[in-house]
Order: sequence, then C-alpha cells, then structure tokens
Amino acid sequence: MWLTFLHMFRKRVTIQYPEEKAKLPPRWRGRIVLTRDPDMGERCVGCYLCAAACPVDCIALQATEDENGRRYPEFFRINFSRCIFCGFCEEACPTYAIQLIPDFEMAEYNRQNLVYEKKDLLIDSQGKYPGYNYYNIAGLAIGGKDKGQAENEEAPVDIRSLVP
Amino acid sequence: MATIIIDGKTYEIPTGKNLLETCLTLGFDLPYFCWHPALGSVGACRQCAVKVYKDENDTRGRLAMSCMEAVAPNQRISVSDPEARAFREQVIEWLMTNHPHDCAVCDEGGSCHLQDMTVMTGHDYRRFRFKKRTHQNQYLGPFINHEMNRCIQCYRCVRFYKDYAGGHDLDVYASKSNVYFGREEDGILESEFSGNLAEVCPTGVFTDKTLKEHYTRKWDLTMSPSICQHCSIGCNTIAGERYGTLRMIANRFHGKVNGYFLCDRGRFGYEFVNAATRIRQASAGEAVVSLDQLFHHLIPALKQAKMIGIGSPRASLQSNFALKALVGGDNFYHGVSDNEHDLAELAIRILREGSVRTPSTREVEQADAVLILGEDITNTAPILALAVRQAVRQQPGNAADAVNIPVWHDAARRELAQQDKGPLFVTSVHTTKLDEVARDVYHAAPDDIARLGFAIAHRLDPTVPDATDLPEAVALLADRIAQALSAAARPVIISGACCESGCVMKAAANVAWALQKKNPATGLVLTMLECNSLGLAMMGGHRLHAAFNAVMNGHADTVIVMENDLYRHGKADEVDAFLSKCRRVIVLDHLLHKTVSKANVIIPAGTFAESDGTLVNNEGRAQRFFQAYEPTDIIRESWRWLLTLGQQIENNRMATWRNFEDVTLAMDRDEPLLHGVMAASPPSQFRIAGQRIARETHRYSGRTSQQANINVSESKPPEDPDSPLSYTMEGFHGQPPSSLIPYFWAPGWNSVQSVNKYQSEVGGSLRDNDPGVRLLEPKTEGTHAYFVGVPERFRPLEDHLWVVSLHHIFGSEELSAHAPSIAQRIPQAYILLHPADAAALAVETGGVLAFTIDSRSYRLPVKLSEALPVGIAGMPYGIEGVPYADLPEWAIVQRTSQRQNLNDHSYAKRHA
Repeated sequence: MWLTFLHMFRKRVTIQYPEEKAKLPPRWRGRIVLTRDPDMGERCVGCYLCAAACPVDCIALQATEDENGRRYPEFFRINFSRCIFCGFCEEACPTYAIQLIPDFEMAEYNRQNLVYEKKDLLIDSQGKYPGYNYYNIAGLAIGGKDKGQAENEEAPVDIRSLVP
Repeated sequence: MATIIIDGKTYEIPTGKNLLETCLTLGFDLPYFCWHPALGSVGACRQCAVKVYKDENDTRGRLAMSCMEAVAPNQRISVSDPEARAFREQVIEWLMTNHPHDCAVCDEGGSCHLQDMTVMTGHDYRRFRFKKRTHQNQYLGPFINHEMNRCIQCYRCVRFYKDYAGGHDLDVYASKSNVYFGREEDGILESEFSGNLAEVCPTGVFTDKTLKEHYTRKWDLTMSPSICQHCSIGCNTIAGERYGTLRMIANRFHGKVNGYFLCDRGRFGYEFVNAATRIRQASAGEAVVSLDQLFHHLIPALKQAKMIGIGSPRASLQSNFALKALVGGDNFYHGVSDNEHDLAELAIRILREGSVRTPSTREVEQADAVLILGEDITNTAPILALAVRQAVRQQPGNAADAVNIPVWHDAARRELAQQDKGPLFVTSVHTTKLDEVARDVYHAAPDDIARLGFAIAHRLDPTVPDATDLPEAVALLADRIAQALSAAARPVIISGACCESGCVMKAAANVAWALQKKNPATGLVLTMLECNSLGLAMMGGHRLHAAFNAVMNGHADTVIVMENDLYRHGKADEVDAFLSKCRRVIVLDHLLHKTVSKANVIIPAGTFAESDGTLVNNEGRAQRFFQAYEPTDIIRESWRWLLTLGQQIENNRMATWRNFEDVTLAMDRDEPLLHGVMAASPPSQFRIAGQRIARETHRYSGRTSQQANINVSESKPPEDPDSPLSYTMEGFHGQPPSSLIPYFWAPGWNSVQSVNKYQSEVGGSLRDNDPGVRLLEPKTEGTHAYFVGVPERFRPLEDHLWVVSLHHIFGSEELSAHAPSIAQRIPQAYILLHPADAAALAVETGGVLAFTIDSRSYRLPVKLSEALPVGIAGMPYGIEGVPYADLPEWAIVQRTSQRQNLNDHSYAKRHA
C-alpha cells in the first residue's frame, strides 16, 4: 500500500502518443527501406539473399540488369502484413541496401495496402551506412567502372604479354 | 573388393578407383575442384589432400592428393587429419586471394562449388592484403556468359571443351597466376556442347546467359524432373520455373542416357516455352473464347462430326493415345511424312525382330569400334556424338591398361595415347564434325552408303547379299571396316532415320546382325527424327496421306491436329487442299505456326514444362517427364483437353479416365508394344513417409509475397493429381526414387556436384537404378533373315540433282528454333552443291538456284562444298525459308542464263 502510494509521485512512464512521439534508438527494427549508394545508384543488386533469409518469406523480387551490366531489382515487393521485423534481411544483405529504420507507423485499414512495392521502399538516402558502394569492391565491370578500377584491384592482365 | 581404413573405421570398397572417388562414394565430404567424374583426375588443384599412412605403425603419414592415388588393399588413410585439413584450407585461401567480391551479383551463387568447398574447408577470413588480379571478359555468343575474374585455374573448362567434347576454340592463354581461359578473340563458341561449361566450371566464370535474362537463384526455382524434347536421345533434364515462366534447363544425371552433359539445343532450346508466339487463349473462328464458350461451340459439332485425328512425334505418348482413343484407332493418323513413317516402322522392325540390342549412350562411350552409316549425329543426336568422341579413346586405352594406368588417370592416359584414335568410320553425305576423329571417312550418296554397308555385312557373313562392282577404293574400305569391326570387343553400328534412307538403315541392320553372329556384344543404334518418333510408331496409326485421302474422299469432315505443324511434314499445296476441304480444323498446340493459322478452332496446349507425359527415346526407353508448373490461362496438357472432350461427347472408352494414371494404364493395357510403360515412374499415390516429394527446395523464398500484388491473401497452392510431387516446399526433401528427383542437393553440396550423393557409386548409376523402362528388346531366339535388295549405284543425272536433307543442330528442330538464343545460331536457307555441279549449272555461291521437286518449284541461295558428292544437293531440314519437300527426291534444275543469274545475285543480297 505504501509502495503504491509512493508511485503516485513518480515521473510518468506513459507518454501521450501520438501527440508525443517515443524516442526510438537508431537500431530499432521498424519499416524496411531500400537505400542508395553515395552516387545515388540503387544499392540493391537483386541477389535474393534477403528473400532467402526471410523466415516468413514475405520478400519477392526479380533481378535484372541495365545495359552496362549493373544489376538491380526489376520489382521488389515486401508483404508487411507478413513481416515480423526480425531484421534477418538486413543481416543477409551483402550491399547494405535493405535496412530497417526506426519507424513503425505503418498501420492500414486495408491489408492489401501493406504490400509495398519498390517505389514505396526505395529512399533517397544511404541510411545507416554512408559511403558504402558495393560495386567499388566487387570485381564486376559496370557502367563507369571498368575491370581493375575497383578498390584493391590490379589493372587487367595483358594475356599476350610474356613479361614475367 | 578390398578393405580400407579411413579415420580408424574399416570399409569394404571396390578396387580400381582412386581415393577421392572412394571417399565420396562412402559419403565423406572431401573437397575437390579439378577432378570430375566424367573427366577423370589430373591433380591440378591440390584441393583433395588426405593423409596416407604407410602401414599400421606409421604415425606421421604423408599428404597425398586423393584423386591421384589408387586405392590399395588394407590401406590406412585419414580425411580428418588436422594437417590434411589445414592443407586444404590453405589451398582454398590461396585460390581465394584473387577471387572477386562478386557472389551477390554472380549467377553461380547458391549453386557454386567454390562456395561449397570454401565453407567445407572452413576458410572464412581474408588475410591476403594485396591487390587482386583482374581480367577482361569475352563475348562468347548467345549461350554462355564469361566473367574471367572469378577463375580459380582448375582447367576443367578446357579439359571438357577440348579434350572431352573435341572443341577447338576455347583454350588457355598466358602463364602463372595470369592464365586465361577463353577464345583467341571474342566470338561465338563453336562447340555444340558449350552449355556444359556452365555446369563444369566450379565457379561463375562460365554461366548460362539465357538464365541471366530472367535470373533466379537455384533455391527459388520450382523444379521437376523432365525429358529433353529436342531430339530422340531423350536426355534427362531438370526444368526450373519461377513466377510462371520457365527459367532454365539443367542436366539431370542419368547413368545410361545422358550422363553429366547436355547439348546446347537441349539446354537452351527451352525458351520457346516463354515465347511471345505461345498460344494462351482458345479461339473459335476469329474470336477468343472462354472455356464454356469453347465447349458450347465444339461439343454439339463434334458429336455429329466424322472425326479424324492427326498425332505428333513431338507429343507425349499419353496425348497421342488420348487422341487415338477419342477418334478411334481407325481414324488415327501419324502426323509425319510417309517416308518418316516407313523409317520409324522399319526401325521398330529392326529393333524388335532383329537380334541386336540397342546400347544406351553410356554403352556407346564404351564401344571400341564405331561405324556410322549415313548419319550426321552431331546435328541429329548430339549427345550420341559426344559419346562417340569418348568411344574413340577406348582402343588407345588398351595400351594404358597394359601398363596399369587406371581409367581415372586422365592426364596419363591422354599422354600415352597422344593422337591415337580408335576405329571410327564415318559415312555420310556431307562432312560431319566427327570426321576429324574418324579413321576413315566416306562421303557418298545414301544409296552408295547402303552399298558399302551391304559390302561390309557380306564380308562379315557371306550369306548377306554383296554389293557388286564396287569401286576398288570402296571395296578396300569395306575390307578395312569389316576387319576393324570383327577385331573389336564391343562394336557399335550407328544409323538412323535422319538420313531418310531405308536402304541405309537396312544395311546398318545387316552389318549389326552379321557381326552379332561373331560377337554377341554388338550394338546397333538408330536415331530418330523427333523426341517421340519411336513412341508414336509403336502406337500404330495410319499414314498422313491416308488422312488427306479420307477427307478428300468425304470419309471424314473434321480433323483434330495435335501439336503438329502439317506444313513440316507434307507438301504445302496438299496440306492447303486438305485443310480447306475439312469442314472443321481443330488444332491443339502451344506455338503459332502455319497450321494453326488455318484452324477454325485453336485450343491452347501445354508445353513439356506444363505437362506430364512419357516419351520413348531411340533406344526404346520410356521416360516420364513431369509438369514443372501449373499453366496459366486455360492452357492444359493435350491429353487432358482430349479427355475432357471425350467425356463431353460421351466417348465410352474415355468415360472412366480421370487423370494421367488412367490414360497411362489404359495405354499399357491396350497397346501391345507399349506394355510396361506404367513402370516408367511410381504411381501418383506414391508417398515417402506419407509425404509428397517437394518440387521446391527448403530455402524457397517469397511464398507470402510473390502473388501479394494481386491479392495479399495467399491462394491455395495447386495440387498435382498426376504425380507424387508437390508444388510447394512442403514435402519430402531427401532422396526420392531416381525417376522423381526434382533437383540435386545434399547438405553442404548446393552445386550440381551434389549428384555424387545420389549415385550408388560416384560416376555410376543413380541409387535404385536409372529411371525409365526399356520397351524394345531384341529377339533372343529364332533366326531372322537379312535384308536383301542391294540398291543400285548412284549415278548423277544431267539437269537433275538428288536432293537430300542436311540437319542442323540449331534450326532443324521445330520447338528449339523458337528460342531467341538458338535463333541467333540458325543458318540462312541455302542449297548445297558440289562446285562441279554448280559450274555445270552456271551458278555460284550466293546465286540463286531454281529447281523443281515433284513439279513444285523452289528457289534457294547456293552454297558450295567439295565434300558433297557430285550429282547430289543438300537442303537444310526444317529451317525457316526452306519449304517442305518430300526428300530424298530428284530435283529438276532449270538452267539459268548468265543474265538472270546476275539478277538473282542481287536478289540474294537483298534477302540476306
């Protein structure tokens, strides 16, 4: 009884959401976004690892390629009515493209509206990992980056040279 | 058998193998790269190291490459020895120093041998701080993508391409860590087997370019066991689907038919399934109709009609049988030319009434003398040609056996054999790719080839009628061939329907029969024109011409054409007349073609990927293919359409047939030659631990999302009433019976190399035997007479040319020609002449030759070849722009004046 009485004078824990927003930590696993690299190119290369990691199989995509050999998803769909926000997709992503951000205000009256397509997912930001560009590390040549121009790469071998 | 001790445990193992094969057969996960069960060992990658101990007292042991070490009785080895493990991990670490950070954008990822082996050895952290070497890529044609950075220098690609498949244009360049595997310059890979590089390469240097167009990871495919539809060999394939389209064809190992490899037509021809020219809607008259409208339109008409049915050599047994049941046996016609019909029946007669067995492709590989009569098998049955290329290594291999070099010791055996080739004799109308490995080559008219065949048979058994007055060179050739065949332990004769000459097939049968009296191990292979030619012929039915007559004479007024373009099998004007005389032309097919354009009613049939069915290959082996995915729209299997039609028009026989099994059972019962076909696959009620076998891997993704754009509530997955396979990832994921293997996967083995785990012995047959049942076995008792009637010598006629068909791997087969990648490789229409004939007719290369066959006129651009016999002309078979002609036939040539010729030249240029 005494304890209950004392609690009456404590600071309130309850906040007046939605007037007052909760402060979420940056690593909060909320809405999923697709980010861009520093050159504003799509980071997602359509490798399907997020889809494979997803325990509820709510990610579907189709990879395609532009004329310079750069891969990107033709469509990228997340069914948020199935998503459990486990963050496995973010962990699996080799290019830091898919990220979970501190936003959970996604409620809808109609379940169909919880199906997010690429246009709903792709943001104009690098998200949590600024400065990372997968193609600068990968060996694949794409438009604007030829063989041997990535980080830690020698110039392409001249196979006709006899120099040791 | 011998005893071997691995890591302290004793195993009973067969001798004659190397340690790597033995360890893999016993189920050990031992990493390797350069070794391949079909290519043998060279010891290049140093990956498969194990500890070998001298005796039981030896505690130190020595590291040895298991692929280069033969098993010895009572040998003691260790796979898990720490030193051996450290060595293997270190080798991977070295291989990975230059491997790019590419897996996310690499098509091999998820089915990559290098990934698997890296995980298996435990190498996980890069310590190498220096730069990676890079390479420029090459354009290698429409089939194969090249990404040379990923190479780990295992040499498998050139060993397959050059040594195994006999290609010339892929090689290794530069030295040390710079070695480069590619062509001398950018260009299309010439070999017919280039697609196998995608599976042979343990990493992503060579990948399937057609898959890249609609890329899907292996784990995301819905896969099912299928059979190649593009030639008569019937290679086993895996068909993979995603989002309602067929994504890839991969090899499905079969210990007897195709082994580890497929040809490019089989691997890349699948894209016709996704073609824009697919028929997806039913139509009656000009209008697209719904299912109800279709039946409303069709059923009353069919009830009164006098129907005939035209089957197809490219449709399954079930579809043909359902059509036969619908129209009645007397009204069922084979949709093939009369010549083709005769040849298929002759083939069955030879195989059933003769005493010689048809060896499987794998047995052809073991043959130590091969005679090819009249066939260009590289173009008509490519995998058989690949087998023949291995057969020529058999006899030189005897020398290696004599000095105890085991079969798997590939480098040493090739070193010993050098350029030595076993006896292979190629006789054909024109040059074939096998000529380069043949001991003797004979280019002649089909009749002359048959005469040579009779002469050989006569030399083997004097009771065979001889071909008289042979030219001396040919007689000597016959002597040589007869001698080589009699000296061989496992001789094989190859001929077939593709050279379109009954005499040649009869001559081949005579040779085989005569030889068999001396050597019971003799084999006779007859190739057929299409994937189910033999199956159709075994079903019985009338000639196409009889169908024409039935309609022309008013015995029938309605025709159902099933999966057949009649313009490929009959003369255009006759087919025109026939179709216009029919009151109602109903066509069931999946691709638009000329016959479809003349149809009153078009019914969309499923392709092989959307159907269940059984095909009979050239060996008489009935093999089942399974639906890879439920078709969209109102597409259904032909047999299912016919079943529905039969029930609607109250066909008594079909009243009780409900599904695939019922049709197959009825066929097994009613068709005497097809008795036993039920055994080609387990029944649809077959379950393992109460479960169906899953078509999807346990990693399949996107289940709750792929249809979410249409409806967020997932629909029920389709059920399969026709097979024990399920369309979902739910079900049995272990090893099913061999005919039901939807994909190869084993824990730790995501790549195609996991096939090792499915074999009873690495490189041998699948567990519980290879799938399919052989329906044709030779007569074991009683005698049969030789064929008589040696043809006359071929004599050229003035102003005439004897026109024969020339087959092309790309283009001659109807379905694959619709695949965009294959279409890039199809040759232009032409007529091939000997330069002497061309000079006599005053035409030159690129000019146009006008000629008439059976009073129908043809005009084709001229190509010249010295290899063609004088008086003979070659016309490509089935290629667009080459109208059908009933070949072989005499063509009457209209001599063109010089002036017209010039005009023609410009015409050809315009149309080039």
